[in-house]
Amino acid sequence: MPIDLSRDERIFLISCATANVTGGLFVLIEAENLTRKFGNLTAVDGATFRVEEGEVFGFLGPNGAGKTTTVRMLCCLISKTSGEARIADYQVGNEDDSPKIRRIIGLVPDNVGLYEGMSAYENLDFYGKLYDRSESQRKESNEYFLKMLGLWEKRDAPAGTFSKGMKQKLAVARALIHDPQVLFLDEPTANLDPESAKTVRDFILELKKEKKTIFLNTHNLDEAQRICDRIAILNTKVIAIGTAEELERTVRGRQTVIQLARTSDAIVKALERLSLSNLSYDGTRATFDVADPEKENPPVVRTIVEAGGEIQTVTVQGSTLEEAYLKLVKSQG
Amino acid sequence: MNFRHSWIIATKDLKAIRHRKTILYTLVITPIAISLLFSYIVQYAVSSSPGTNVLSFAFLLDAFQFWFVIISAILPSPIASYSIVGEKVEKSLEPLLATPVTDGEILLGKSLAAFIPTIVATYAAAAIYMGSVDRSLYGALGYLYYPNWEMVVILLLLTPITCLLSIEMNVVVSARVTDVRAASQLGGVIFAPFMGIYVAGEIDVITLDTITLLVISAILTAIAIALFFVSTRTFQREEILTKWK
Repeated sequence: MPIDLSRDERIFLISCATANVTGGLFVLIEAENLTRKFGNLTAVDGATFRVEEGEVFGFLGPNGAGKTTTVRMLCCLISKTSGEARIADYQVGNEDDSPKIRRIIGLVPDNVGLYEGMSAYENLDFYGKLYDRSESQRKESNEYFLKMLGLWEKRDAPAGTFSKGMKQKLAVARALIHDPQVLFLDEPTANLDPESAKTVRDFILELKKEKKTIFLNTHNLDEAQRICDRIAILNTKVIAIGTAEELERTVRGRQTVIQLARTSDAIVKALERLSLSNLSYDGTRATFDVADPEKENPPVVRTIVEAGGEIQTVTVQGSTLEEAYLKLVKSQG
Repeated sequence: MNFRHSWIIATKDLKAIRHRKTILYTLVITPIAISLLFSYIVQYAVSSSPGTNVLSFAFLLDAFQFWFVIISAILPSPIASYSIVGEKVEKSLEPLLATPVTDGEILLGKSLAAFIPTIVATYAAAAIYMGSVDRSLYGALGYLYYPNWEMVVILLLLTPITCLLSIEMNVVVSARVTDVRAASQLGGVIFAPFMGIYVAGEIDVITLDTITLLVISAILTAIAIALFFVSTRTFQREEILTKWK
């Protein structure tokens, strides 16, 4: 059953989520009412969010939600119409700060954009030069990334001969060649076959282990759930921000389902005395809402047993990120 | 402006051009073929008219030497088109634009990649032409016809300005097309006014002497400055990512 969120509920969700991340850690990306209009079309409408250092932040939304536009604004590739944004200590939109921002970020656009006629090594080396890395630094980082990607043996082969997954990994390495503080990934697994997508995802997970700050644009729910520490759901506006678990709870809280061997009046009366939230029965199955199942379930189990009941299974159910995403996007649309 | 960044981009493009056979053939064959053809015509004219004052062929030489201006208008087009539209087609502009390199540095790098081979090819062809003509005429004249002031103006002023104009034209065209060949053809249209000047010289509407060439250089410089502002406005991150086709 779809549950509509009021505007206040959404603001509450967003403020809770953003307040949580500032606890002592450095906020690396901060956007406040970030807006971009193209003529009459509003591509991004008042986006507000924060990303802390070492966090993998997912930007989840349907096609045309404004994900790429947001990344382009944050990377100082296009201007913002209004609002504020900061990357580290630099102001997005400030002409003097733009090159400084581009120096501390790495971008993998939705199209890898490698020089296909150039070798993997040359592709990385070219970008290393543009970031003013010394020859020894370039040599070291080119070798490090190519070995890490398993491309060292193919370092002299033209990038055009690589598989899509390899190209995508090389594009991520290219964006990391100058050791940026933030890595922006725009749909890194879109249009990849499952095997290539897994290769790229595993690489991102490796980077996560290294505590890289990653801003990941995706419309892949599974990818967002597996990789991201927190997720913002965007559909022109930021609808909600939170961990995957927090977002799942926005649809409905968790439910405990107790499967009994048989039911009886004594069990029903005993459970009613516990004043459980949304208690319902479906034959021999009792269902109720729980906020903290580890704390709330044991007394319920004890009560049933004391009332002579026989429990076959106890299951805690929650809604999926997919349900949360669809509901939030629909409620906003 | 960090010229090192521009040079890095230019060398990358120059290296890529070396692997593009069509561009390479255009760069090498066109100017050399033209210079050899003109040299042969001069040699033929002199040898087939014994006793004629060789200076009566000066009109022919004036016309031929202007062709090096036309060559410098034609040659940058395929290179600049490949260098800019090629990157647009390969989608490699966005990651490049995400680096700290400025729009001006990228544009300068791309321009150098088209400018350097064009100038080298044009000068090489001009050297072949001047050497051959001098060899053909020296016996009759008793002095070297080339280099003369017209050729100095052509090679040191008109050729670089024309080459720049052609590159700027290609940058502007690149924003509107999605195909390297179309960009090359549209950008190559720049040679038409120069053909007009050449024809005007041939039919005696104008005389392509040193003064006229200096006046043409001044006019072209003014146009190049105006087109420079148009091309730099066209080649901006925001324009490229939001308005380029």
